Amino acid sequence: MSGTEKKPGKRWAIWLPLVLFGVFFVLVMNGLVRPANRDIESAMVGKMLPEFTLPAGVDERPGLATDDFRQGEVRLLNVFASWCVPCAAEAPQLDELARAGVPIDGVAIRDRTQDIARFLARYGNPFATIGKDDISEVQLGIGSSGVPETFVIDGTGTIRYQHIGPIMERDVQIILSEVKKAQTPL
Amino acid sequence: MTRALALLALIAAMLAVPVAAQDQLPPAPYAYRQLEDPAQEQKAQDLMETLRCLKCQSQSIADSDASMAGDMRNQVRLRIKAGEEPEAIRAWLVERYGEYVSYKPELTTLTWPLFAAPLVLLLLALLLLRKRFIRRLPEGEE
Repeated sequence: MSGTEKKPGKRWAIWLPLVLFGVFFVLVMNGLVRPANRDIESAMVGKMLPEFTLPAGVDERPGLATDDFRQGEVRLLNVFASWCVPCAAEAPQLDELARAGVPIDGVAIRDRTQDIARFLARYGNPFATIGKDDISEVQLGIGSSGVPETFVIDGTGTIRYQHIGPIMERDVQIILSEVKKAQTPL
Repeated sequence: MTRALALLALIAAMLAVPVAAQDQLPPAPYAYRQLEDPAQEQKAQDLMETLRCLKCQSQSIADSDASMAGDMRNQVRLRIKAGEEPEAIRAWLVERYGEYVSYKPELTTLTWPLFAAPLVLLLLALLLLRKRFIRRLPEGEE
């Protein structure tokens, strides 16, 4: 019989498919249990803000332009929208940052004045300025892929830090320390 | 029965939340409108099919109905209309979002194994099977 002629040294090879299956199984399970991070980080961190001029989103606040970020002061640029549910969740934390003395500029994505006004009346208005971005021009320009996102901009108009998603209580200290870091120019 | 109805209402309410998270604004001018010049539109279309929608990450911006994809199409068409080259627009987006935004495979120091792997596997297979390609004379013949 041919089977008895085989060298005994090759017997381990019979386990190879099972081992391969095991490796594959562990890989797939790992992907299921710990899904990959789907956040897209902006590649603009460390670069200058693009040139833009946005009209005012509400009557009580002025609009927003790149020049506002070149006045030597560290500011936060908050990309938000009244139709965005997590944006309401971060409102208390934005308020806390504003009370800590950090000026916050809002960019309202695809939003209507009356909706922004209603949103601010309901969740508070921590913004120094609010620009209305109807075609996501600024959002695309700074490499933001969703709402809300918050960028730390230093006094020269350079993007120094990006926070993706709503600012939760645990993020406030991180952002404050990033603001501090941005006070020394690159 | 009332409990089942309440549960149903709760589920309906939960499903309703994502629907509310939509903007009320009309789409950007060139989100759903083709460029007037068919040649330019073709250029824009070819480019849009190879750019990733950042909201729905397995679709291209040409396929996606997300409002952000519409705004990206608007950008692409406006830039094509202004005479910009498609690859320059791709580079503009890559500068902002990284290589992830592009579906076009690029040969870089990071991606070369993807291109090399099939060749290596083919060579390996040839190496392992090389004996089978040689016709052995039946035993007993000289």
